[in-house]
Amino acid sequence: MPPMVEITDVRKSYGDGFEALKGVSLDILDGEILALLGPNGAGKTTLISAICGLTQPTSGTVSVGGHDVVTEYRGARALVGLVPQEINLEPFERVMNTVRFSRGLFGKPRNDAMLEKILRQLSLWDKRDSRIMELSGGMKRRVLIAKALAHEPQVLFLDEPTAGVDVELRRDMWEIVAQLQNDGVTIILTTHYIEEAEAIADRIAVINKGDILLVEEKSALMTRLGQKELRIELQEPIDRVPDILAAWNMRLEQDGLVLVYSYDTTQDRTGIATLIREISDAGLILRDLQTRQNSLEDIFVGLVAEQEDAA
Amino acid sequence: MNLQAVRAIYVFEMSRFFRTLLQSFVSPVISTSLYFVVFGAAIGSRIEQVEGVSYGAFIVPGLIMLSVMTQAISNASFGIYFPKFIGTIYELLSAPINFLEIVMGYVGAAATKALFIGVVILGTSAMFVDLTIQHPFAMLAFMVLTCLSFALFGFIIGIWAQNFEQLQLIPLLIITPLVFLGGSFYSISMLPPVWQTISFFNPVVYLVSGFRWSFFGLADVPIGLSLLAIAGFTAMCLGIIWLIFKTGWRIRQ
Repeated sequence: MPPMVEITDVRKSYGDGFEALKGVSLDILDGEILALLGPNGAGKTTLISAICGLTQPTSGTVSVGGHDVVTEYRGARALVGLVPQEINLEPFERVMNTVRFSRGLFGKPRNDAMLEKILRQLSLWDKRDSRIMELSGGMKRRVLIAKALAHEPQVLFLDEPTAGVDVELRRDMWEIVAQLQNDGVTIILTTHYIEEAEAIADRIAVINKGDILLVEEKSALMTRLGQKELRIELQEPIDRVPDILAAWNMRLEQDGLVLVYSYDTTQDRTGIATLIREISDAGLILRDLQTRQNSLEDIFVGLVAEQEDAA
Repeated sequence: MNLQAVRAIYVFEMSRFFRTLLQSFVSPVISTSLYFVVFGAAIGSRIEQVEGVSYGAFIVPGLIMLSVMTQAISNASFGIYFPKFIGTIYELLSAPINFLEIVMGYVGAAATKALFIGVVILGTSAMFVDLTIQHPFAMLAFMVLTCLSFALFGFIIGIWAQNFEQLQLIPLLIITPLVFLGGSFYSISMLPPVWQTISFFNPVVYLVSGFRWSFFGLADVPIGLSLLAIAGFTAMCLGIIWLIFKTGWRIRQ
């Protein structure tokens, strides 16, 4: 199946010479949840803006559902719903009116039954006649999602959907995203919360300084780049790692009570059995063993640091 | 052509108007009444007829034009500036619509509102003075064209403006003086020759003159010239708007 969104060598530079996107290529598959992960200013919003028509790429092409977003913008945009990062809503409007407006704007005939379904799904139905300014921040975010869904898009862009949102609402948002995926919507969300990408994405693309550093299945990413740590608790504290264990590059923690060994889970032989034997040869007594998988956060920090070293 | 979108914008904008109907309706009635009290009754009683028309009736076309122009500009400029100001413009830019459809929605709504107010003022005027309209169809056509062309102009101002001050600037500094000096309250022939010549550089003179002709059959400039002026102004506004959307100026970064 061809990708739902095809981004080919997209560049965006501004008049002052700043390059927000430096030749980004990315395919987004039908029905997946892709998390676009990167620090603030990485180019996430610029990339979304280029796909949704808010900004013109300096060069490169983007197509949605096979329609080029510039030359066949009607076909492309009709498939796309966008939930912006900022809460942009007319304060005096009523919820139902503003959602109805969004549907019409995308060329769909009025269908209040469909809008009712969407508002119910987002727990907004009771608020349909409220003015936007009467709603809480979380409700306003839901209204933004309802507006984006009003024309039944096949691709939904969520730009930092949970920035500045409390924990409970964040979980609600994740549930909504999972529901939408069940309904067959392709979802691209940007975030700088790694736990968010880890919790809901199928694939993760890491972007920094206008470059995509990698795109990978979440699970593959975690195993491929996943470092594991073996924590060895000792019966008695030691002042330093014994010389005969120097080759293992271990570090001491917790006042000499814990030895920490980092290893790569993708290697055929991790050497753990040998290490344990050598530790007991060195006369140390083991009290307990623990292993810990690196979180996505560690992977991410590592990638960004690598890029900065290379620059 | 995405007519659903045009309709959506138009309905949305008109609902803003109906929400403030009292304000939209009452304020032109009051201001028109005040003009009649001051210019019609107080000053008008001391002015002889102007070219065979009582002064009270003579100022009616100018009064209507004054309100229609300022209302068309302020409604259209606010209509497109507000989404820019609060950020909802993202929705317009990401929707499957082209510039023509956006303009039709916003300008259509603004022109409708201005037309409504023009008709209200006409009705209010009829209560104060005896009005005869010699060319009712031409009168209506002039009013509609003026509503449309000034709504287009207002749309440009709304796109150009980067804050509320700029939004008010052009109507205040350019349009109001042009309208007041455009023969709304007097005939150009009442001015000294030098000022007459200067007046002919004021585009509003042509509009007011043509509009007045449709009421009383008398004009400062030939009616054909008036039509040409308003057609030219409309074409100019359309051209500028086309350029704005083509380049994305002040809209798409």
